[in-house]
Amino acid sequence: MSERFDKKPDELVQIDHKPPRKSWMDPKVEFRRGFFNYSANPKSVEYLGLPYARKWQPTDADWKLPPNWKEIILDGLRERIHRFRSLQLFMDICVRCGACADKCHYFIGSGDPKNMPVMRAELLRSVYRKEYTAAGKIMGEMAGARELTVDVLKEWFYYFFQCTECRRCSVFCPYGIDTAEITMVGRELLNLVGCDIDWITTPAANCFRTGNHLGIQPHGFKDSVEFAIDDLESIIGIKTAPSINRKGAEILFVVPSADYFGDPHYFGFLGYMALFHEIGLDYTFSSFASEGGNFGLFHSHEMMKRLNSKIYMEAKRLKVKWIIGAECGHMWRVLHQYMDTMNGPADFLEEPVSPITGTKFENAKTTKMVHIAEFTADLIKNGKLKFDPTRNDAYKVTFHDSCNPARAMGLLEEPRYVLKNVCNYFYEMPENTIKEQTFCCGSGSGLGTDENLEMRLRGGFPRGNAVKFVKDKYGVNMLCCVCAIDKATLPAVVDYWAGDVGVCALHELVGNALIMKGEKERDTDLRGEPLIGKEGGK
Amino acid sequence: MLNDLLTKKKNAILKRWFQSIIDTYHPDAANFLTKQKDRFANPVGYTLTAETENIFNALIAGDFTEPTVSSLENIIRIRSVQEFSPSQAVSFAFFLKKAIREELKPELKDVKMLEELTNFETTIDRLALIAFDIYSACREKLYDIKVKEIKSRSYKIMERTNIFIGNTEQEENNDNS
Repeated sequence: MSERFDKKPDELVQIDHKPPRKSWMDPKVEFRRGFFNYSANPKSVEYLGLPYARKWQPTDADWKLPPNWKEIILDGLRERIHRFRSLQLFMDICVRCGACADKCHYFIGSGDPKNMPVMRAELLRSVYRKEYTAAGKIMGEMAGARELTVDVLKEWFYYFFQCTECRRCSVFCPYGIDTAEITMVGRELLNLVGCDIDWITTPAANCFRTGNHLGIQPHGFKDSVEFAIDDLESIIGIKTAPSINRKGAEILFVVPSADYFGDPHYFGFLGYMALFHEIGLDYTFSSFASEGGNFGLFHSHEMMKRLNSKIYMEAKRLKVKWIIGAECGHMWRVLHQYMDTMNGPADFLEEPVSPITGTKFENAKTTKMVHIAEFTADLIKNGKLKFDPTRNDAYKVTFHDSCNPARAMGLLEEPRYVLKNVCNYFYEMPENTIKEQTFCCGSGSGLGTDENLEMRLRGGFPRGNAVKFVKDKYGVNMLCCVCAIDKATLPAVVDYWAGDVGVCALHELVGNALIMKGEKERDTDLRGEPLIGKEGGK
Repeated sequence: MLNDLLTKKKNAILKRWFQSIIDTYHPDAANFLTKQKDRFANPVGYTLTAETENIFNALIAGDFTEPTVSSLENIIRIRSVQEFSPSQAVSFAFFLKKAIREELKPELKDVKMLEELTNFETTIDRLALIAFDIYSACREKLYDIKVKEIKSRSYKIMERTNIFIGNTEQEENNDNS
């Protein structure tokens, strides 16, 4: 700021709005407020037993790196190249065709070429070339190779924490390169020298201590559930009776912690409880597996495994038969793609079979964990639920495919099937913004902080733009989604880009429309808002 | 007379204007922003193309009303969260002056035409001032959103710990009285 006001009048009038042309090899980045995440609290770093806990911020000139930081990073890269064959392939096979270049929401929203997935990967690949390829060693920059310097490390931090690991780019890569995995390795390397961010490390530390990202202890969890029981009873007139840590229940139900503490997640939580009560499901929560989300995924493979292990451990301790998982995004990437080999096999559990419909969930044969949207869709398909969709008539709904359920587990039709049964007004966003091609909220993978708001809004622009389109065209006023991070951060995105559009959980709409045995006449929806026609009260 | 000329050379002027805005982005992004025409795949490029045309049409029609302000908003909302300083974010309004002057260079030797243009440029200056208002409003919106997010994150925690349950009841009682 001061630099600009120091200029003399004749310097001020010389305006050149063209950005300076510089080679992509130049690693210098400027950490501006609103465009980066704060460093990890050293206490959280220490709690997790991670190295080099210290006070520092990305805006500091000196990041207080350990003296042998370069050696640590290069050794870490070498180890990972040998450990993950996929990484070696991703480093070697990219032909820079550009198919991924314009698919990243951050690139689309910012125009910053280093947000092109191919370029983001090149930041790591250039160092790989320098260290591991003959051409890179001999020809250096001519072969796209770069020396690892402090500026390169800072550049990694800047851009690897500008990737939400949403994997939209990988849908378009003809070689199947998963740039999210390159980001994951990039972050792992940064963490080796203590360059973690707080919104990942502190939730991970909380989760390791109490079982959930918010650090809620078992009695707090119990309070939350009891609070929800009372809230729900005041709306539906039925006292539901979910259990916690009950041994011998048929099903363990795992939710992201935001579901019982966040807004609008909480209304979906009420919806789950209403649904399970109505079908008489024999289920229990665990106050230790009180978090489905796993910020370890955004930190390192080891952290992901540590945080995930509680789910099978609790399933074993409580002697349940199988597990249902609630609405969450990255939780499902971990559960669907990693859990089975990371902490499995869960041979102490049974292949999931719906006790209500008898449907075998063969897709969950090995993980033993079923997504609640699949479970509910199956109940509807088998005619086990009655709905009054007019209770959702205040909402003209569109559906945001959350990246991980859509791209990591192919959950595309089930939520739509449920939606079409529980509300009368449902409108799709344009084809190239949904399903496998869905645009990220811009805040996933630990980037959903208030200090990073401008960056998140840039990244959320393609999604916000599509929401605005259906709002203008159809009068859409509700964006439904099945991810806790979406529910926390899309309100900001739609507020800025579209305006006057709410965000809700799928099971909030299910809970609104569900006709329950013995319920009182509903005057309000689960938010306590009067239903259409009941605005004046009874 | 100037208006006829502006209408006649509209496409060429718009092309220059658009290009000068695109030049504010990194050269490696310019190709994408210019060539990808799908409004959902390239919302920045699409918005710039569509809204600069809407603004230009309004200016030559002398119809500077709410829709024109909305068009300005759609551009500035984007540039307010991109890698620009405040002056860079709103600078695109002034680029229209340059685009017109360059495109009408031969015709502007005529003094009368130059006078007309000077008047027309006053409208562009007005456009730039409104752009500044919009930029400020966008930045204020960001701070509003930040506050809303923090409130929303802490609301349930405060509710559970009964920090303001009492206050809420008090407010309800006050409302009813």
